[in-house]
Amino acid sequence: MSTHVPTPAGAPVATEPDAGPSAHPLPGAARPAPPRRRPVRRAPTTRVAGLVLRTPYWIFTGSLAVIFLFPLVWTAVSSVSPQAGTNQTDGWGVGNYRTLADYQAGIWQYLANSAFVSLTTVVLTLAISLLGGYAFARFSFPGRNILFLTTLAILMVPYATMLIPLYVLLNELNLQNSLIGVALVLTMFQLPFSTFMMRISFEAIPRELDEAALVDGCSSWAALWRVLLPAVKPGLITVGLFAFLTAWNDFMAPLILINDSDKLTLPLAVSNLRGQVQGVVDYGATEAGVVVLALPCIVLFLLLQRHYVRGFMSGAFKG
Amino acid sequence: MSVSMMSGRAGRSRRRSGPASPARRGQAVKGWLYVSPTAVFVAVLFVVPLLLVVRMSLSRWPLLTGDQGFNAPDNYTKVLDNRFFADSVVFTVKYTVLATVLLIALGLGLALLVQESSRWKGLLRASFLIPSALGLASASLLFYVLYSPIAGPAADLMANFGWTFLGSPNAALFSTVFLIVWRFAGFYMLLMLVGLQGIPSELYEAARIDGASRWQTFRRITLPLLRPTLALTTIMCVTGSLLAFEQFYILTKGGPDNSTITVVQLIYIMAFQGQNDLGVAAALSVIALIALVVINAVQLRAFHNPDEK
Repeated sequence: MSTHVPTPAGAPVATEPDAGPSAHPLPGAARPAPPRRRPVRRAPTTRVAGLVLRTPYWIFTGSLAVIFLFPLVWTAVSSVSPQAGTNQTDGWGVGNYRTLADYQAGIWQYLANSAFVSLTTVVLTLAISLLGGYAFARFSFPGRNILFLTTLAILMVPYATMLIPLYVLLNELNLQNSLIGVALVLTMFQLPFSTFMMRISFEAIPRELDEAALVDGCSSWAALWRVLLPAVKPGLITVGLFAFLTAWNDFMAPLILINDSDKLTLPLAVSNLRGQVQGVVDYGATEAGVVVLALPCIVLFLLLQRHYVRGFMSGAFKG
Repeated sequence: MSVSMMSGRAGRSRRRSGPASPARRGQAVKGWLYVSPTAVFVAVLFVVPLLLVVRMSLSRWPLLTGDQGFNAPDNYTKVLDNRFFADSVVFTVKYTVLATVLLIALGLGLALLVQESSRWKGLLRASFLIPSALGLASASLLFYVLYSPIAGPAADLMANFGWTFLGSPNAALFSTVFLIVWRFAGFYMLLMLVGLQGIPSELYEAARIDGASRWQTFRRITLPLLRPTLALTTIMCVTGSLLAFEQFYILTKGGPDNSTITVVQLIYIMAFQGQNDLGVAAALSVIALIALVVINAVQLRAFHNPDEK
């Protein structure tokens, strides 16, 4: 998109269009026309002038980035640095993580619970929305529109409005106080986004592709697995990523649906950590807990940023 | 939009194959087979609970003993009589207005700032977005430590000035709003970027040729054409803020002096803390649901452009 003239590595500054902290609303419009001659050798004075002019811009945007990154960096650093009232009073080390590891049922139990809930939610969401998206995109059946609209309507209903009756309902189904129950509820809340996402993924594939397979004698099931699945893979990655981030981080469903402390998921366990010893908060262990909670999300986000952004591009949030 | 899209395709295939052709019946059966897991989930975990919450709101329904029979409209009068009800509504609305105004303005500002692609702007974009990968609970726990007068980075400063981030009702509100802005600004920036990309560049080109100033271009081109995005983001932000729970549950626990209790927190308190009355909690849930539907309908109407078809 950007039509930057290639510049020597030292001087990309001078071709940057906006020269101040003010927001730049015009892509390509107010951009000064790139110099016609190749800007390989720039007069040093222009370069210096450009740098000086753009200093406020760098300071402004740079400090914005610092504001956004500081809380994360500070938490990570202070979770391993010495601090009074924690398990890490002198020198740097992993004392806070040791407190966390020994907390009640132990961090491994809570990690296992969270992993179980997250993976179950991801697998269920992928399976259900793959089949559902296929049906909505490629088949006509009675009740199709009403079912699709009802699925989208889940977005319109407050989370809390649903959790009170779900608590009662899961009790009836013997799924209350169970991690499977939590995963089922979280899967249901993922369905509007994931069904919409998979439906448009299937609709983006030319019909000729699967029709050719059907003509060749493939069943619709075989056409789905052999022909269509590779084509909707990016959609599936986006759906899986959002399902994981939601399930891993969800707080309210396990808060309401789980009673036993050894069945808690990680966010609740870390939250409970604050009242560990007679209301004395172990801040160090809380920091360690936040790091353990945040790390998989940030790593996944950085690895799959492209797929994360696609979730927004799809218009799935417009449901 | 999606409705017309669907009926179009379904209608065409219906016309193609006659009313009771076996091909069409096969289509319907197969379609239902593939969609049945979705249908079961939506029916059992969404439609049934939705009906159940209405019934619960009309019945005496203590947490431990379950359904004790019809008692309408007792639960609703109990909600209105609750000593925290009015305060929680006022506080939730106050918080919603503050969070929405800040997030929409900041989301748009950041989007305009990082709109063009360059390496530096890519880095900025990523750093604004990273907090969005965190869960709301994790972010709240993170700021719980950051704001702490004992362990936070500003602990010494706070000790000197005798002021804390969560000490007074207003400080607690603004501190929580800051956390929310930190966590969600990148998210709204991304939605705004998607909207900005949809504006044809020829319009900017034309404005430039006509000699429009930056402000005029922003006011006359960017803002009007961004209207659908602004509507979407505002509705999402208002909905999310009206249902705020984690940030207050973890950060302020409703305090100081019960000044930061939101409506959803009140539902939780009614159901599981002290009163243990699911019927009253269900009644407040229904009120919240209706309020949300009305508020969203009003917003859709306000954002609806009569000139557009």
